[in-house]
Amino acid sequence: MPQDSNQGKKLDIRGLVCPYTFVKAKLAIEDMEMGGLLEILLDYPEAVHNIPKSMQDHGHKVLKVEQTGIKEWIIVVRKEKD
Amino acid sequence: MEFTDAQIQRYSRHIILPEVGGKGQKKLLGAKVLLVGAGGLGCPVGYYLAAAGVGTIGLVDDDVVELSNLQRQIAHSTNTIGMPKVESAKRTFEALNPDVNVIAIKGRLNKNNIMGIIEDYDVVVDGSDNFPTRYLVNDACVLSRKPLVSGAILRFEGQVTTLIPHEGHCYRCLFEAPPPPGLVPSCQEAGVLGVLPGVIGALEATEALKLILGQGEPLKNALLIYNALSASFRKVKVPKNPKCPVCGENPTITELQDYDAGYCQLG
Repeated sequence: MPQDSNQGKKLDIRGLVCPYTFVKAKLAIEDMEMGGLLEILLDYPEAVHNIPKSMQDHGHKVLKVEQTGIKEWIIVVRKEKD
Repeated sequence: MEFTDAQIQRYSRHIILPEVGGKGQKKLLGAKVLLVGAGGLGCPVGYYLAAAGVGTIGLVDDDVVELSNLQRQIAHSTNTIGMPKVESAKRTFEALNPDVNVIAIKGRLNKNNIMGIIEDYDVVVDGSDNFPTRYLVNDACVLSRKPLVSGAILRFEGQVTTLIPHEGHCYRCLFEAPPPPGLVPSCQEAGVLGVLPGVIGALEATEALKLILGQGEPLKNALLIYNALSASFRKVKVPKNPKCPVCGENPTITELQDYDAGYCQLG
């Protein structure tokens, strides 16, 4: 479940596969304020490419895609469309 | 409301769509749609609205399931022959999606009960098979400013239109009064290709979903005609008639009438 902070929201979707990786990320960003940052922690390799692409298609800005472990990534997205 | 994990899975292909998303799916779950008729059109309309997660589906029909219905009325089955259609369809829709509450109303709409029934709903979908009901539903929706998706089928041809009262055309702008009894054959007399109500019903369901979601262009001021034999769609413009007897500038119909006079009660 997403955790809120002042800067935005953190979402841990480790263990999930497509399309639920993006579905969860999309639901999280829908509930945020414009300009808010969503940090997504994931371990499904395909989603490392798919989530940034889908987020861009939906009008959001992908700020960071970073590998943080052997099979772990962090994606940071800024909400730019309601 | 928060989605359950099961709902996230069930509606994932909706949630992914930019035009729907979680917000749109919540609108669908909160929406109330009334289906007039649980027959050829009502079955596919209700089936798809239930699958889509429309939270409340009202069904009005006074018939029971007959063997001759099963060639096209896909919510019913051999096991439910003899059962009221609204009950048979309710079982099918609720089995497909337990998120959906189906309100079964076994009866016929008339000038005395229709206003009280439609007031509970956001959108009305007409899948009736007779002109008295079609005009009654039109007039009631115009008088209560309720969006109405209207569909009709015969033989190999069907049509769909969406009425947004006082914004666009209504059924009487298109055909001012019902044809005289006996002039237009019914499905019972003329036949219908079993899959045709599936096509037209799916189009009606699409229109209802668009209205609920506030997406796209409804078939306002337009009539979409499908011909199965030629595999063609035709979209015809239907202007709002300023002299329309019910939605025009000086309406002569200001209350519901007796619509059944002179008509036989063919199902």
